[in-house]
Amino acid sequence: MIPISWYLILGAILFVIGAAGVLLRRNVLIVLMSLELMLNSVNINLLAFGYEMNDPRGQIMAIFIIAITAAEVAIALGILVALLRNKRTLEVDDLTIMKG
Amino acid sequence: MEQQFFILLALVAIGTALLVVIARNPIHSALSLVACFVQIAALFVLLGSPFLAVIQLFVYVGAIMVLFLFVIMMLDVRKEAHGQFINNNRFIQKGAIATIVALLALASELLFLLSQSSRLHAVMTQQSVIGDEPTKQLSLTLFRDFLLPFEVASVILLVALVGAVVLAKSDRPNHRLSEHKQGATKEVSK
Repeated sequence: MIPISWYLILGAILFVIGAAGVLLRRNVLIVLMSLELMLNSVNINLLAFGYEMNDPRGQIMAIFIIAITAAEVAIALGILVALLRNKRTLEVDDLTIMKG
Repeated sequence: MEQQFFILLALVAIGTALLVVIARNPIHSALSLVACFVQIAALFVLLGSPFLAVIQLFVYVGAIMVLFLFVIMMLDVRKEAHGQFINNNRFIQKGAIATIVALLALASELLFLLSQSSRLHAVMTQQSVIGDEPTKQLSLTLFRDFLLPFEVASVILLVALVGAVVLAKSDRPNHRLSEHKQGATKEVSK
């Protein structure tokens, strides 16, 4: 029997790694991939609690997160391709068209 | 025994996740993220949700990461990885050592899991993970209590599909096509 805290610790470690990738890397593609990693660590937490409490709603939340992530990735990569057609750079610091 | 499986999968997942952030070439990041997602899918099986594990493999590894790889190969990443491939006279370059270590770790994990597969199967059947009862319960909950969010999610996916097509479509080929057509009609009229 695996204690639930192990899953929570693993989820926290993966989330911190993903957050570090979002904050520290300057490549847009790697920032997007780190976002995927963070969403997946949240899925681990949801499934761990759902398994512990014997409740299928954790799995259902994870299914919705996966669906929304697929939509988000399609939109993000579409925006990226449209942006790079005008501006040939992958650096986050150079992509400041929206004055962000 | 179950805890040993968990520790193995978790260690490999953390290692590949670190490699995602550390790797200089975006293709290496994408491939190690694929490895990380496969470990997480195996953890989902240990968590008693084999359906989610299959969904993870299909959607994340099969669709999202392949989309990422296509976009990476469409874009020009040679500038990022340029420093790696200068002076590549040697057979094993400096940057390839990390790759070889990662591949060896993955291969040893695969061999361990293959050699222990009967015990893994025993762990799963003892938990009643294999079998259709949890998946049946999940589908009943999804299509009875969460039917409206399910439909909303499908609409969101449709909107994202249309939006991605509109965003990625460029105007220039249409202009070129219309100019070409005009030229063709002129030639015909001559």
